[in-house]
Amino acid sequence: MSFAADSRTDGARPRPRGALGRLMSEPMGATGAVLVALFIAVALFAPLIAPYDPLALDIPAKLQGPSLAHPAGTDQLGRDTLSRLIYGARTALAIAMGATGAAGVIGLALGMMAGYGPRWLDGALMLVLDSLASLPMILFALAVITVLGPSATTLVFVIILVSISGYARLVRAQTLGLANAEFIQAERTMGASNLRILFRHLMPNVVGPLLIVLSMDVPVVIMLEAGLSYLNLGIRPPVPSWGNILYDGYSSLRQQPALVIAAGVPLVLSTIGFTFLGEGLRDALDPRLKGGGP
Amino acid sequence: MLRYTAKRTGLAVLNLLIVMVAMYAMVFLVPGDPASVALGPRATPALKAELVTRMGLDQPIWRQVWNFFANAVQGNLGYDVWSGRPVLDQILEAFPNTLILGGVALGWALVLGVALGCLAVVWRGGVLDTLLGLLSVSMIAVPSFVIAIYALLVFAVWLNWLPAIGAGTAGDIGSQVRALILPSFAIGITWVGYLARLVRASMLEVMGEAHIRTARAFGLSEFRIVTRYALRLAIIPTLAVLAVGFGSILSAAVFVETVFSRPGIGTLIISAVAKRNYPLVMGTTLFMTAFYLFIVTAADLVIARLDPRVRDVFRGG
Repeated sequence: MSFAADSRTDGARPRPRGALGRLMSEPMGATGAVLVALFIAVALFAPLIAPYDPLALDIPAKLQGPSLAHPAGTDQLGRDTLSRLIYGARTALAIAMGATGAAGVIGLALGMMAGYGPRWLDGALMLVLDSLASLPMILFALAVITVLGPSATTLVFVIILVSISGYARLVRAQTLGLANAEFIQAERTMGASNLRILFRHLMPNVVGPLLIVLSMDVPVVIMLEAGLSYLNLGIRPPVPSWGNILYDGYSSLRQQPALVIAAGVPLVLSTIGFTFLGEGLRDALDPRLKGGGP
Repeated sequence: MLRYTAKRTGLAVLNLLIVMVAMYAMVFLVPGDPASVALGPRATPALKAELVTRMGLDQPIWRQVWNFFANAVQGNLGYDVWSGRPVLDQILEAFPNTLILGGVALGWALVLGVALGCLAVVWRGGVLDTLLGLLSVSMIAVPSFVIAIYALLVFAVWLNWLPAIGAGTAGDIGSQVRALILPSFAIGITWVGYLARLVRASMLEVMGEAHIRTARAFGLSEFRIVTRYALRLAIIPTLAVLAVGFGSILSAAVFVETVFSRPGIGTLIISAVAKRNYPLVMGTTLFMTAFYLFIVTAADLVIARLDPRVRDVFRGG
C-alpha cells in the first residue's frame, strides 16, 4: 500500500466537469454510466413504467411465453414477468444502497479509529477485522442467516458484516498514510483538536477512495442479494427480487424457458453497468487506485 | 524466514480462535435456545428435552464452551440435529466433490487466463488487448450462478449434450468428467478474465525493470522476454490473489452446486440452513474457515520464500 498520499490537497483533484467528461469519453465508462442511469430510473419510476401490478395473480395465464400483452411472458402464478423484473430493480437498488451505505459509514468510522487512534486499539480492531475477513464470505452469510432467519433485514445485516472489514482496512491504510502528512502536523501545531483533525481534515481525504471502492462493490452486493434470494434465503416471496424470479424460472425451466432467460438479463446488465462505471470512475478520478502499470 | 513462518502461523491460529468464539457467541446471542430454533415451534417438549441433552445445552456455559473447543480440536464438530450423524463425516464426504470442482475450474481458468494475459502484453495496445480488457471486465461482472443456469438451459436441456444434475455415477470416470464440464465452466469463466487482467497488469509493471531492458538489449524476442522473464515475476501477485480468491470460488461453488444439484459443501450447507441444522452449518463454516486460513497462510509462506521483501512486513511492527 505505497500509494497512500503524503501530501494530497484538494487542488490536486480533477474538477468534476473534467472527470465527468473523461468518464463519458471512454466507451467502457460511458456504457456503464448509461446502464446504471437506466437501472436507477427503472427502479425509481417502477410504478409508472410497469404495465401490471407485480403481485397480481392470473393463474389461467401462467407460464406464457413473450407476447404483446406480456412482453417477457408470465410466471408460474400468471404474474407479469416484465413488471416483476421492473419492481425487482427497486428491491436490488434499495438493498444495494442501504447495505453499502451503512457498511461504508461503519467501515469509515472503524478505519479512522484504527488508523488515528492508539496502537492497542489499532491492533485489537485489526485482529478482529482480519478474523472477520478470514471467514469465507458466503459461509459466514449462511451461518448468520441460519441464526437470524431469512429476511430483508437479515440480508442487509449480512452484507454489512461481510463487507466492513475491507472498507475499514482501506480507510485505515489511507489514514495511516495521512496522519503524519505536513498539513495534518501543521493543524496539530496550531492546536487543532483530534476531533477537528479527524472530521475536517482526514475524512475529506479518505472518503474519495472509499466512495470509489463502494461503487465498485455495488454489483457484488446486487449479485449477493440475487444469489441469496435465488436460494430462498434472502428477499422472501412474493416481494419481487431478481433472485427469486430466477428461482421461479429455474423451477419451470423445462416448461417455459422464457421466464429464466428474462430473469437473468437485468441482473447481468446492471452488474456489468456498475462494474464498467466503477472502472471508468476509478480511471477518471483516482488513477492511483489502478492495478499497477507504468 | 523461520520467524516469519512462526508469526504468520500464529496469526492464523489466533484468527481461527476468534472465529470460533464469534460463532459460538452468535448462537447464544439470539433469542431462544438453539434447540427450539432448530426444531421449530411445533416441537414436543420431550423431543426438545432430548435435543437439549444431546447438544449439551443443560450444562453450565463455561462447560459448554470448553466442550466445544475440546471437541473441535479433536476433530469432533458435533452431531446432525436430524440424523444424529457426526458433522465431520458429512463434511468429509462432501468436501472432495467441491475440491475437485473448484480445482478443475481454477485449473483451466489459470491456463487460459495466463495465456491471454501474456498475449495481451505481447500485443499491448492492439485489438486483442482492447477486446480482452472489455471482455475480462464483463466476465468478472456476470454472476456465476446466472452463467450456470444459462449453460444448463442451453447445453443440458436444449442440446442435451451434457448432464443437467448430479456428479456422475461412482466409479464411472467418463460420466463424472461429463458432469464436471458445465459447473466448472460456470465457476472458471469469471476467473479467466480476472487472471488475464491481473497477469497483464503485474507483467506491465515488471516490464520496465532493468533485467527486462537488459534482455531486450541482448536482442531476445518479445515473446521470449514475456514468457521466460516477465511471467516469472508477475506470477507472484497472481498466486496471492488465487489464495484469497478461494473464498469467492467457494461461494461460486455453493451456488453452482445448487443449480446442478451436485453433491458437495454447497448443497450440504444449503440444505442445513433451510432446516436450521445448527451443528452442521457451524461445523461446515468452521471447517471451511480452517481450510481457507490454511490455504492463505501457505500461500503467504510460499510468497515470502519467493520474494524476500514480503518477510519484512512483520519486522517494522
